[in-house]
Amino acid sequence: MRVAADLDLCQGHAECVEEAPTVFAYDEQTRQVDVLQEHPEESLRDQVKAAVAYCPAMALSLTHALADPTNEDD
Amino acid sequence: MTQLVTNLHPDDPNGHLEDLRTDPIGLLRRVREECGDVGRFRLGDKDVYLVSGGEANEAFFRAPDEVLDQAAAYPFMTPIFGKGVVFDASPERRKEMLRNQALRGDQMKGHAQTIERQIRGMVGDWGDEGEIDLLDWFAELTIYTTSACLIGESFRNELDGRFAALYHDLEKGTDALAFVDPYADIESFRKRDESRVALVHLVQDVMDRRLVADAPSREDRDLLDVLITLKDDNGELSFSADTITGMFISMMFAGHHTSSGTAAWTMIELLRNPGVMKDVVAELDDLYADGSEVSHQALRSIPRLESTLKESLRLHPPLVLLLRVATEDIEIDGHKIPAGDMVGASPAVSNRIAEDFPQPDLFDPGRYVEPRQEDMLNRWTWIPFGAGRHRCVGSAFAMMQLKAIFSVILRDYEFELAQPSDTYRDDTSKMVIQLEQPCRVRYRRRQDR
Repeated sequence: MRVAADLDLCQGHAECVEEAPTVFAYDEQTRQVDVLQEHPEESLRDQVKAAVAYCPAMALSLTHALADPTNEDD
Repeated sequence: MTQLVTNLHPDDPNGHLEDLRTDPIGLLRRVREECGDVGRFRLGDKDVYLVSGGEANEAFFRAPDEVLDQAAAYPFMTPIFGKGVVFDASPERRKEMLRNQALRGDQMKGHAQTIERQIRGMVGDWGDEGEIDLLDWFAELTIYTTSACLIGESFRNELDGRFAALYHDLEKGTDALAFVDPYADIESFRKRDESRVALVHLVQDVMDRRLVADAPSREDRDLLDVLITLKDDNGELSFSADTITGMFISMMFAGHHTSSGTAAWTMIELLRNPGVMKDVVAELDDLYADGSEVSHQALRSIPRLESTLKESLRLHPPLVLLLRVATEDIEIDGHKIPAGDMVGASPAVSNRIAEDFPQPDLFDPGRYVEPRQEDMLNRWTWIPFGAGRHRCVGSAFAMMQLKAIFSVILRDYEFELAQPSDTYRDDTSKMVIQLEQPCRVRYRRRQDR
Protein backbone atom coordinates (compact mmCIF):
# COMPACT_ATOMS: atom_id res chain seq x y z
CA MET A 1 0.00 0.00 0.00
CA ARG A 2 1.04 3.56 -0.60
CA VAL A 3 0.11 6.56 1.55
CA ALA A 4 -0.05 10.10 0.22
CA ALA A 5 -0.84 13.45 1.83
CA ASP A 6 -2.21 16.38 -0.16
CA LEU A 7 -0.46 19.37 1.43
CA ASP A 8 -2.84 21.78 -0.32
CA LEU A 9 -5.53 20.34 1.92
CA CYS A 10 -3.81 19.40 5.20
CA GLN A 11 -4.91 21.76 7.99
CA GLY A 12 -2.63 20.36 10.66
CA HIS A 13 -5.23 18.69 12.90
CA ALA A 14 -2.77 15.88 13.70
CA GLU A 15 -5.55 13.29 14.02
CA CYS A 16 -3.50 10.93 11.84
CA VAL A 17 -0.69 11.07 14.39
CA GLU A 18 -3.11 9.69 16.97
CA GLU A 19 -4.31 6.95 14.63
CA ALA A 20 -0.98 5.81 13.14
CA PRO A 21 1.94 7.34 15.04
CA THR A 22 4.63 5.38 13.21
CA VAL A 23 3.37 6.47 9.78
CA PHE A 24 2.52 10.13 10.37
CA ALA A 25 4.09 12.93 12.35
CA TYR A 26 3.20 16.57 12.91
CA ASP A 27 5.83 18.94 11.51
CA GLU A 28 6.13 21.94 13.85
CA GLN A 29 7.78 24.01 11.11
CA THR A 30 5.21 23.59 8.36
CA ARG A 31 2.33 22.89 10.79
CA GLN A 32 1.32 20.08 8.53
CA VAL A 33 1.57 16.33 8.32
CA ASP A 34 4.88 14.64 7.68
CA VAL A 35 4.50 11.21 6.09
CA LEU A 36 7.17 9.11 7.79
CA GLN A 37 6.58 5.98 5.73
CA GLU A 38 5.16 6.13 2.23
CA HIS A 39 4.95 2.35 2.03
CA PRO A 40 3.98 1.15 5.49
CA GLU A 41 3.96 -2.55 6.12
CA GLU A 42 0.76 -4.55 5.84
CA SER A 43 0.32 -4.91 9.61
CA LEU A 44 -0.33 -1.16 9.79
CA ARG A 45 -3.17 -1.23 7.26
CA ASP A 46 -5.98 -0.82 9.81
CA GLN A 47 -4.25 2.10 11.51
CA VAL A 48 -3.60 3.80 8.18
CA LYS A 49 -7.17 3.24 7.02
CA ALA A 50 -8.46 4.86 10.21
CA ALA A 51 -6.12 7.82 9.71
CA VAL A 52 -7.37 8.29 6.15
CA ALA A 53 -11.03 7.92 7.13
CA TYR A 54 -10.85 10.30 10.11
CA CYS A 55 -8.65 13.00 8.58
CA PRO A 56 -10.77 16.14 9.19
CA ALA A 57 -9.40 17.73 6.01
CA MET A 58 -9.74 14.62 3.82
CA ALA A 59 -6.11 15.22 2.91
CA LEU A 60 -4.86 11.63 3.06
CA SER A 61 -5.22 8.84 0.56
CA LEU A 62 -4.33 5.20 0.45
CA THR A 63 -3.70 3.69 -2.95
CA HIS A 64 -3.69 0.01 -3.87
CA ALA A 65 -6.05 -0.43 -0.97
CA LEU A 66 -7.41 -3.65 -2.45
CA ALA A 67 -5.31 -6.75 -2.83
CA ASP A 68 -3.91 -6.64 -6.34
CA PRO A 69 -1.52 -9.37 -7.50
CA THR A 70 -0.10 -7.16 -10.26
CA ASN A 71 0.71 -4.39 -7.86
CA GLU A 72 4.40 -4.25 -7.20
CA ASP A 73 4.08 -1.63 -4.51
CA ASP A 74 2.66 -3.99 -1.95
CA MET B 1 -21.10 33.39 -22.10
CA THR B 2 -22.16 31.18 -19.23
CA GLN B 3 -25.86 30.39 -19.34
CA LEU B 4 -28.17 32.40 -17.08
CA VAL B 5 -30.75 30.37 -15.15
CA THR B 6 -34.48 31.13 -15.55
CA ASN B 7 -36.05 33.52 -13.06
CA LEU B 8 -39.32 32.76 -11.22
CA HIS B 9 -39.62 36.48 -10.39
CA PRO B 10 -38.82 38.04 -13.79
CA ASP B 11 -39.69 41.56 -12.59
CA ASP B 12 -37.23 41.48 -9.69
CA PRO B 13 -34.90 44.48 -10.09
CA ASN B 14 -32.24 42.56 -8.13
CA GLY B 15 -31.97 39.61 -10.48
CA HIS B 16 -32.59 36.31 -8.68
CA LEU B 17 -32.69 37.80 -5.18
CA GLU B 18 -36.37 36.93 -4.61
CA ASP B 19 -35.74 33.40 -5.87
CA LEU B 20 -32.87 33.06 -3.41
CA ARG B 21 -34.99 34.48 -0.57
CA THR B 22 -37.99 32.25 -1.17
CA ASP B 23 -36.60 28.92 -2.39
CA PRO B 24 -32.79 28.89 -2.43
CA ILE B 25 -32.43 25.13 -2.91
CA GLY B 26 -34.92 25.21 -5.82
CA LEU B 27 -32.91 27.99 -7.48
CA LEU B 28 -29.57 26.21 -6.99
CA ARG B 29 -30.89 22.90 -8.34
CA ARG B 30 -32.38 24.67 -11.35
CA VAL B 31 -28.95 26.12 -12.19
CA ARG B 32 -27.48 22.62 -12.53
CA GLU B 33 -30.53 21.26 -14.37
CA GLU B 34 -30.64 24.08 -16.89
CA CYS B 35 -27.00 25.10 -17.21
CA GLY B 36 -24.89 22.06 -16.24
CA ASP B 37 -21.66 22.12 -14.19
CA VAL B 38 -21.29 25.91 -14.38
CA GLY B 39 -24.30 28.21 -14.52
CA ARG B 40 -25.11 31.72 -13.53
CA PHE B 41 -27.65 33.73 -11.57
CA ARG B 42 -27.85 37.43 -10.77
CA LEU B 43 -27.71 39.03 -7.32
CA GLY B 44 -28.11 42.78 -7.40
CA ASP B 45 -25.49 44.06 -9.83
CA LYS B 46 -23.32 40.95 -9.58
CA ASP B 47 -23.19 37.64 -11.37
CA VAL B 48 -22.93 34.51 -9.23
CA TYR B 49 -21.35 31.56 -11.04
CA LEU B 50 -22.59 28.34 -9.47
CA VAL B 51 -20.37 25.31 -9.96
CA SER B 52 -21.25 21.67 -9.31
CA GLY B 53 -19.86 18.25 -10.18
CA GLY B 54 -16.46 16.84 -9.23
CA GLU B 55 -14.20 18.73 -11.64
CA ALA B 56 -15.67 22.19 -11.25
CA ASN B 57 -15.99 21.73 -7.48
CA GLU B 58 -12.35 20.70 -7.20
CA ALA B 59 -11.23 23.82 -9.08
CA PHE B 60 -13.43 25.92 -6.78
CA PHE B 61 -12.28 24.33 -3.52
CA ARG B 62 -8.60 24.22 -4.43
CA ALA B 63 -8.38 27.86 -5.49
CA PRO B 64 -6.16 29.88 -3.14
CA ASP B 65 -7.56 32.88 -1.27
CA GLU B 66 -5.65 35.24 -3.55
CA VAL B 67 -7.88 34.05 -6.42
CA LEU B 68 -11.18 33.20 -4.74
CA ASP B 69 -11.62 35.22 -1.57
CA GLN B 70 -13.97 34.04 1.14
CA ALA B 71 -13.77 37.00 3.48
CA ALA B 72 -15.78 39.35 1.25
CA ALA B 73 -18.38 36.79 0.21
CA TYR B 74 -20.76 36.84 3.18
CA PRO B 75 -22.03 40.41 3.68
CA PHE B 76 -24.91 39.13 5.84
CA MET B 77 -22.42 38.19 8.57
CA THR B 78 -20.89 41.64 9.12
CA PRO B 79 -23.77 43.13 11.18
CA ILE B 80 -23.85 39.95 13.27
CA PHE B 81 -20.17 39.76 14.15
CA GLY B 82 -19.69 43.51 14.22
CA LYS B 83 -17.29 45.52 12.13
CA GLY B 84 -13.67 44.48 12.43
CA VAL B 85 -14.37 40.88 13.41
CA VAL B 86 -13.35 38.73 10.47
CA PHE B 87 -15.62 36.10 8.99
CA ASP B 88 -12.93 33.50 8.64
CA ALA B 89 -9.20 33.33 8.98
CA SER B 90 -6.82 32.67 6.11
CA PRO B 91 -5.58 29.08 5.77
CA GLU B 92 -2.23 30.24 7.21
CA ARG B 93 -3.87 31.79 10.25
CA ARG B 94 -6.11 28.74 10.68
CA LYS B 95 -3.11 26.45 10.90
CA GLU B 96 -1.62 28.76 13.50
CA MET B 97 -4.87 28.77 15.49
CA LEU B 98 -5.23 25.01 15.26
CA ARG B 99 -1.74 24.50 16.54
CA ASN B 100 -2.35 26.56 19.63
CA GLN B 101 -6.01 26.18 20.10
CA ALA B 102 -9.18 24.47 20.90
CA LEU B 103 -9.74 22.24 17.90
CA ARG B 104 -6.54 20.27 17.74
CA GLY B 105 -6.76 16.49 17.95
CA ASP B 106 -5.23 16.22 21.39
CA GLN B 107 -7.76 18.69 22.87
CA MET B 108 -10.69 16.50 21.89
CA LYS B 109 -10.72 14.30 24.97
CA GLY B 110 -11.31 17.25 27.25
CA HIS B 111 -14.04 18.55 24.92
CA ALA B 112 -15.72 15.15 24.89
CA GLN B 113 -15.93 15.19 28.69
CA THR B 114 -17.26 18.75 28.70
CA ILE B 115 -19.89 17.89 26.12
CA GLU B 116 -21.06 14.82 27.98
CA ARG B 117 -21.53 16.93 31.13
CA GLN B 118 -23.56 19.50 29.18
CA ILE B 119 -25.83 16.87 27.62
CA ARG B 120 -26.42 15.14 30.95
CA GLY B 121 -27.14 18.51 32.51
CA MET B 122 -29.90 19.15 29.97
CA VAL B 123 -31.38 15.64 30.03
CA GLY B 124 -31.27 15.71 33.84
CA ASP B 125 -34.71 17.30 34.20
CA TRP B 126 -36.45 15.23 31.53
CA GLY B 127 -38.17 12.80 33.88
CA ASP B 128 -39.71 9.59 32.54
CA GLU B 129 -41.54 11.03 29.55
CA GLY B 130 -42.30 14.24 27.77
CA GLU B 131 -41.99 16.21 24.56
CA ILE B 132 -39.32 18.53 23.16
CA ASP B 133 -39.11 20.89 20.22
CA LEU B 134 -36.05 19.72 18.28
CA LEU B 135 -35.00 23.21 17.19
CA ASP B 136 -35.29 24.81 20.64
CA TRP B 137 -33.73 21.90 22.48
CA PHE B 138 -30.72 21.27 20.28
CA ALA B 139 -30.11 24.99 19.75
CA GLU B 140 -29.91 25.50 23.52
CA LEU B 141 -27.73 22.42 24.07
CA THR B 142 -25.25 23.47 21.38
CA ILE B 143 -25.01 27.01 22.80
CA TYR B 144 -23.83 25.40 26.04
CA THR B 145 -21.45 22.93 24.39
CA THR B 146 -19.84 25.40 21.99
CA SER B 147 -19.47 28.10 24.65
CA ALA B 148 -18.08 25.62 27.20
CA CYS B 149 -15.55 24.12 24.77
CA LEU B 150 -14.47 27.22 22.86
CA ILE B 151 -14.67 29.92 25.55
CA GLY B 152 -14.70 27.98 28.81
CA GLU B 153 -16.97 26.27 31.29
CA SER B 154 -17.11 29.17 33.73
CA PHE B 155 -18.46 31.42 30.96
CA ARG B 156 -20.95 28.73 29.98
CA ASN B 157 -22.13 28.53 33.60
CA GLU B 158 -23.14 32.17 33.48
CA LEU B 159 -25.43 31.62 30.50
CA ASP B 160 -29.02 30.49 30.45
CA GLY B 161 -31.81 30.10 27.90
CA ARG B 162 -31.83 33.87 27.26
CA PHE B 163 -28.46 33.73 25.55
CA ALA B 164 -29.64 30.89 23.29
CA ALA B 165 -32.84 32.77 22.38
CA LEU B 166 -30.96 35.97 21.50
CA TYR B 167 -28.40 34.02 19.54
CA HIS B 168 -31.20 32.40 17.58
CA ASP B 169 -32.48 35.85 16.58
CA LEU B 170 -29.03 36.66 15.23
CA GLU B 171 -29.15 33.54 13.08
CA LYS B 172 -32.57 34.53 11.78
CA GLY B 173 -31.12 37.88 10.73
CA THR B 174 -29.46 36.33 7.68
CA ASP B 175 -32.00 37.23 4.99
CA ALA B 176 -30.35 37.13 1.55
CA LEU B 177 -31.50 40.73 1.15
CA ALA B 178 -28.18 41.49 2.88
CA PHE B 179 -26.45 40.86 -0.45
CA VAL B 180 -28.06 44.08 -1.62
CA ASP B 181 -28.51 45.98 1.66
CA PRO B 182 -27.37 44.43 4.99
CA TYR B 183 -29.05 47.27 6.90
CA ALA B 184 -32.40 47.34 5.06
CA ASP B 185 -35.33 48.28 7.29
CA ILE B 186 -36.95 44.85 7.69
CA GLU B 187 -38.08 43.10 10.85
CA SER B 188 -35.51 40.30 10.89
CA PHE B 189 -32.64 42.83 10.58
CA ARG B 190 -34.10 45.05 13.31
CA LYS B 191 -34.38 42.02 15.60
CA ARG B 192 -30.85 40.98 14.66
CA ASP B 193 -29.47 44.34 15.74
CA GLU B 194 -31.54 44.47 18.96
CA SER B 195 -30.42 40.96 19.88
CA ARG B 196 -26.80 41.80 19.33
CA VAL B 197 -27.13 44.80 21.66
CA ALA B 198 -28.80 42.57 24.27
CA LEU B 199 -26.00 39.99 23.96
CA VAL B 200 -23.40 42.70 24.51
CA HIS B 201 -25.26 43.64 27.72
CA LEU B 202 -25.21 40.04 28.93
CA VAL B 203 -21.48 39.78 28.27
CA GLN B 204 -20.90 43.19 29.90
CA ASP B 205 -22.68 41.94 33.05
CA VAL B 206 -20.45 38.88 33.17
CA MET B 207 -17.38 41.10 32.67
CA ASP B 208 -18.46 43.50 35.43
CA ARG B 209 -18.88 40.63 37.89
CA ARG B 210 -15.48 39.21 37.00
CA LEU B 211 -13.70 42.55 37.30
CA VAL B 212 -14.71 42.87 40.96
CA ALA B 213 -14.33 39.18 41.87
CA ASP B 214 -11.15 37.52 43.06
CA ALA B 215 -8.91 36.31 40.27
CA PRO B 216 -9.86 32.74 39.37
CA SER B 217 -7.41 29.91 39.85
CA ARG B 218 -5.39 28.88 36.83
CA GLU B 219 -7.51 25.90 35.93
CA ASP B 220 -10.78 27.85 36.24
CA ARG B 221 -9.57 30.65 34.00
CA ASP B 222 -11.37 30.88 30.66
CA LEU B 223 -10.95 32.93 27.51
CA LEU B 224 -12.99 35.83 28.92
CA ASP B 225 -10.69 36.07 31.94
CA VAL B 226 -7.76 36.33 29.59
CA LEU B 227 -9.39 38.95 27.35
CA ILE B 228 -10.34 41.22 30.27
CA THR B 229 -6.81 41.27 31.64
CA LEU B 230 -5.33 42.68 28.44
CA LYS B 231 -4.73 46.43 28.73
CA ASP B 232 -3.54 48.98 26.21
CA ASP B 233 -0.71 51.54 26.75
CA ASN B 234 -3.04 53.85 28.69
CA GLY B 235 -4.04 51.11 31.11
CA GLU B 236 -7.49 50.81 29.54
CA LEU B 237 -9.01 47.44 28.67
CA SER B 238 -7.90 46.43 25.18
CA PHE B 239 -11.28 45.00 24.23
CA SER B 240 -14.72 46.45 24.86
CA ALA B 241 -17.70 44.24 25.69
CA ASP B 242 -18.89 44.93 22.15
CA THR B 243 -15.68 43.59 20.60
CA ILE B 244 -15.50 40.59 22.94
CA THR B 245 -19.13 39.74 22.22
CA GLY B 246 -18.36 39.93 18.50
CA MET B 247 -15.45 37.56 18.93
CA PHE B 248 -17.59 35.09 20.89
CA ILE B 249 -20.45 35.30 18.40
CA SER B 250 -18.08 34.58 15.52
CA MET B 251 -16.28 31.75 17.33
CA MET B 252 -19.57 30.04 18.09
CA PHE B 253 -21.33 30.77 14.83
CA ALA B 254 -19.83 28.12 12.58
CA GLY B 255 -20.37 25.38 15.13
CA HIS B 256 -23.78 26.28 16.44
CA HIS B 257 -26.68 26.16 13.98
CA THR B 258 -24.79 23.57 11.95
CA SER B 259 -24.44 21.06 14.80
CA SER B 260 -27.87 21.86 16.16
CA GLY B 261 -29.57 21.32 12.80
CA THR B 262 -27.65 18.13 12.10
CA ALA B 263 -28.59 16.66 15.48
CA ALA B 264 -32.25 17.48 14.84
CA TRP B 265 -32.28 16.03 11.30
CA THR B 266 -30.47 12.90 12.45
CA MET B 267 -33.18 12.35 15.04
CA ILE B 268 -35.91 12.86 12.42
CA GLU B 269 -34.25 10.48 9.93
CA LEU B 270 -33.76 7.84 12.64
CA LEU B 271 -37.46 8.06 13.48
CA ARG B 272 -38.44 7.91 9.80
CA ASN B 273 -36.24 4.82 9.35
CA PRO B 274 -37.01 2.47 12.27
CA GLY B 275 -34.71 -0.26 10.92
CA VAL B 276 -31.75 2.12 11.05
CA MET B 277 -32.79 3.29 14.54
CA LYS B 278 -32.91 -0.31 15.75
CA ASP B 279 -29.41 -1.02 14.40
CA VAL B 280 -27.94 2.14 15.89
CA VAL B 281 -29.48 1.54 19.33
CA ALA B 282 -28.19 -2.07 19.26
CA GLU B 283 -24.75 -0.80 18.29
CA LEU B 284 -24.70 1.67 21.20
CA ASP B 285 -26.04 -0.89 23.71
CA ASP B 286 -23.27 -3.24 22.66
CA LEU B 287 -20.59 -0.62 22.82
CA TYR B 288 -21.54 0.63 26.28
CA ALA B 289 -22.43 -2.77 27.77
CA ASP B 290 -19.12 -2.86 29.59
CA GLY B 291 -19.81 0.46 31.28
CA SER B 292 -17.38 2.48 29.17
CA GLU B 293 -17.58 6.26 29.20
CA VAL B 294 -19.39 8.27 26.52
CA SER B 295 -16.53 10.77 26.45
CA HIS B 296 -14.16 7.91 25.65
CA GLN B 297 -16.27 6.21 22.96
CA ALA B 298 -17.35 9.41 21.21
CA LEU B 299 -13.75 9.80 20.09
CA ARG B 300 -13.67 6.33 18.64
CA SER B 301 -15.31 4.54 15.78
CA ILE B 302 -19.10 4.00 16.07
CA PRO B 303 -19.66 2.87 12.48
CA ARG B 304 -23.46 2.69 12.14
CA LEU B 305 -24.06 5.91 14.02
CA GLU B 306 -21.35 7.64 11.97
CA SER B 307 -22.92 6.47 8.71
CA THR B 308 -26.29 7.71 9.92
CA LEU B 309 -24.83 11.12 10.76
CA LYS B 310 -23.08 11.33 7.39
CA GLU B 311 -26.26 10.46 5.53
CA SER B 312 -28.26 13.06 7.47
CA LEU B 313 -25.57 15.60 6.60
CA ARG B 314 -25.66 14.63 2.93
CA LEU B 315 -29.44 15.05 2.65
CA HIS B 316 -29.73 18.06 4.97
CA PRO B 317 -26.48 20.05 4.71
CA PRO B 318 -26.65 22.97 7.15
CA LEU B 319 -25.12 25.35 4.59
CA VAL B 320 -26.58 25.21 1.10
CA LEU B 321 -24.44 27.82 -0.65
CA LEU B 322 -20.69 28.35 -0.15
CA LEU B 323 -19.43 31.58 -1.68
CA ARG B 324 -16.25 33.30 -2.79
CA VAL B 325 -15.46 36.53 -4.61
CA ALA B 326 -13.15 36.29 -7.66
CA THR B 327 -10.27 38.69 -7.06
CA GLU B 328 -8.87 38.22 -10.56
CA ASP B 329 -10.21 36.95 -13.89
CA ILE B 330 -10.31 33.17 -13.69
CA GLU B 331 -11.50 30.24 -15.74
CA ILE B 332 -13.34 27.22 -14.37
CA ASP B 333 -14.26 24.34 -16.66
CA GLY B 334 -13.92 26.58 -19.73
CA HIS B 335 -16.06 29.37 -18.24
CA LYS B 336 -14.45 32.77 -17.92
CA ILE B 337 -15.29 34.45 -14.60
CA PRO B 338 -14.36 38.13 -14.35
CA ALA B 339 -12.79 39.69 -11.25
CA GLY B 340 -15.40 41.09 -8.87
CA ASP B 341 -18.09 38.51 -9.58
CA MET B 342 -19.06 35.79 -7.13
CA VAL B 343 -18.52 32.07 -7.40
CA GLY B 344 -20.47 29.50 -5.39
CA ALA B 345 -20.66 25.78 -4.76
CA SER B 346 -23.71 24.13 -3.29
CA PRO B 347 -23.74 21.18 -0.87
CA ALA B 348 -27.49 20.89 -1.40
CA VAL B 349 -26.92 20.33 -5.13
CA SER B 350 -23.64 18.38 -5.17
CA ASN B 351 -24.61 15.98 -2.37
CA ARG B 352 -27.46 14.69 -4.54
CA ILE B 353 -25.74 14.19 -7.88
CA ALA B 354 -27.12 10.83 -9.04
CA GLU B 355 -23.92 9.71 -10.82
CA ASP B 356 -22.02 9.93 -7.53
CA PHE B 357 -24.82 9.00 -5.11
CA PRO B 358 -27.15 6.41 -6.66
CA GLN B 359 -30.79 7.00 -5.68
CA PRO B 360 -29.70 10.36 -4.35
CA ASP B 361 -32.90 11.16 -2.43
CA LEU B 362 -32.89 7.86 -0.56
CA PHE B 363 -31.69 7.84 3.07
CA ASP B 364 -29.17 5.01 2.93
CA PRO B 365 -26.40 4.88 5.56
CA GLY B 366 -25.06 1.79 3.74
CA ARG B 367 -23.41 4.18 1.27
CA TYR B 368 -20.54 4.74 3.67
CA VAL B 369 -19.74 1.11 4.32
CA GLU B 370 -16.81 -0.49 2.49
CA PRO B 371 -16.48 -0.95 -0.41
CA ARG B 372 -19.00 1.78 -1.37
CA GLN B 373 -17.56 4.60 0.77
CA GLU B 374 -19.34 7.20 -1.31
CA ASP B 375 -18.00 10.04 0.86
CA MET B 376 -14.34 9.10 0.32
CA LEU B 377 -14.81 8.28 -3.36
CA ASN B 378 -16.53 11.58 -4.06
CA ARG B 379 -14.49 13.95 -1.96
CA TRP B 380 -15.29 16.92 -4.22
CA THR B 381 -19.06 16.31 -4.35
CA TRP B 382 -19.76 14.83 -0.88
CA ILE B 383 -19.42 18.27 0.65
CA PRO B 384 -21.59 18.79 3.77
CA PHE B 385 -18.42 20.23 5.39
CA GLY B 386 -17.23 21.93 2.22
CA ALA B 387 -13.88 20.74 0.87
CA GLY B 388 -10.35 21.85 0.17
CA ARG B 389 -8.56 24.68 1.89
CA HIS B 390 -11.58 26.03 3.73
CA ARG B 391 -13.08 22.67 4.63
CA CYS B 392 -14.85 22.98 7.96
CA VAL B 393 -12.11 23.10 10.56
CA GLY B 394 -14.52 21.77 13.18
CA SER B 395 -15.70 18.61 11.43
CA ALA B 396 -13.95 16.22 13.84
CA PHE B 397 -15.29 18.21 16.80
CA ALA B 398 -18.79 18.15 15.28
CA MET B 399 -18.78 14.40 14.68
CA MET B 400 -17.53 13.76 18.20
CA GLN B 401 -20.24 15.99 19.65
CA LEU B 402 -22.97 14.31 17.62
CA LYS B 403 -21.75 10.86 18.63
CA ALA B 404 -21.79 11.93 22.28
CA ILE B 405 -25.32 13.38 22.02
CA PHE B 406 -26.83 10.24 20.51
CA SER B 407 -24.84 7.96 22.80
CA VAL B 408 -26.46 9.62 25.81
CA ILE B 409 -30.01 10.12 24.63
CA LEU B 410 -30.54 6.84 22.75
CA ARG B 411 -29.18 4.79 25.64
CA ASP B 412 -31.61 6.22 28.17
CA TYR B 413 -34.66 7.15 26.10
CA GLU B 414 -36.77 6.05 23.18
CA PHE B 415 -38.40 8.56 20.86
CA GLU B 416 -41.34 8.95 18.52
CA LEU B 417 -42.49 11.60 16.08
CA ALA B 418 -45.13 13.85 17.61
CA GLN B 419 -46.45 15.11 14.26
CA PRO B 420 -46.87 13.68 10.73
CA SER B 421 -43.49 12.72 9.24
CA ASP B 422 -43.71 15.07 6.25
CA THR B 423 -44.31 18.14 8.44
CA TYR B 424 -40.65 18.18 9.51
CA ARG B 425 -38.96 20.50 7.04
CA ASP B 426 -36.49 23.32 6.81
CA ASP B 427 -37.35 26.99 6.82
CA THR B 428 -35.19 28.19 3.94
CA SER B 429 -36.16 31.84 4.02
CA LYS B 430 -32.80 32.82 5.56
CA MET B 431 -29.23 32.00 4.58
CA VAL B 432 -28.92 30.20 7.92
CA ILE B 433 -31.37 27.38 7.41
CA GLN B 434 -33.21 26.06 10.45
CA LEU B 435 -36.02 23.61 11.07
CA GLU B 436 -39.49 25.02 10.65
CA GLN B 437 -41.41 24.99 13.93
CA PRO B 438 -43.23 23.09 15.32
CA CYS B 439 -40.83 20.15 15.09
CA ARG B 440 -41.71 18.14 18.16
CA VAL B 441 -40.83 14.62 19.26
CA ARG B 442 -41.90 12.60 22.29
CA TYR B 443 -39.50 10.74 24.54
CA ARG B 444 -39.95 8.02 27.11
CA ARG B 445 -37.39 6.44 29.42
CA ARG B 446 -36.39 3.02 28.10
CA GLN B 447 -37.90 0.09 30.01
CA ASP B 448 -35.84 -2.53 28.20
CA ARG B 449 -32.56 -2.01 29.96
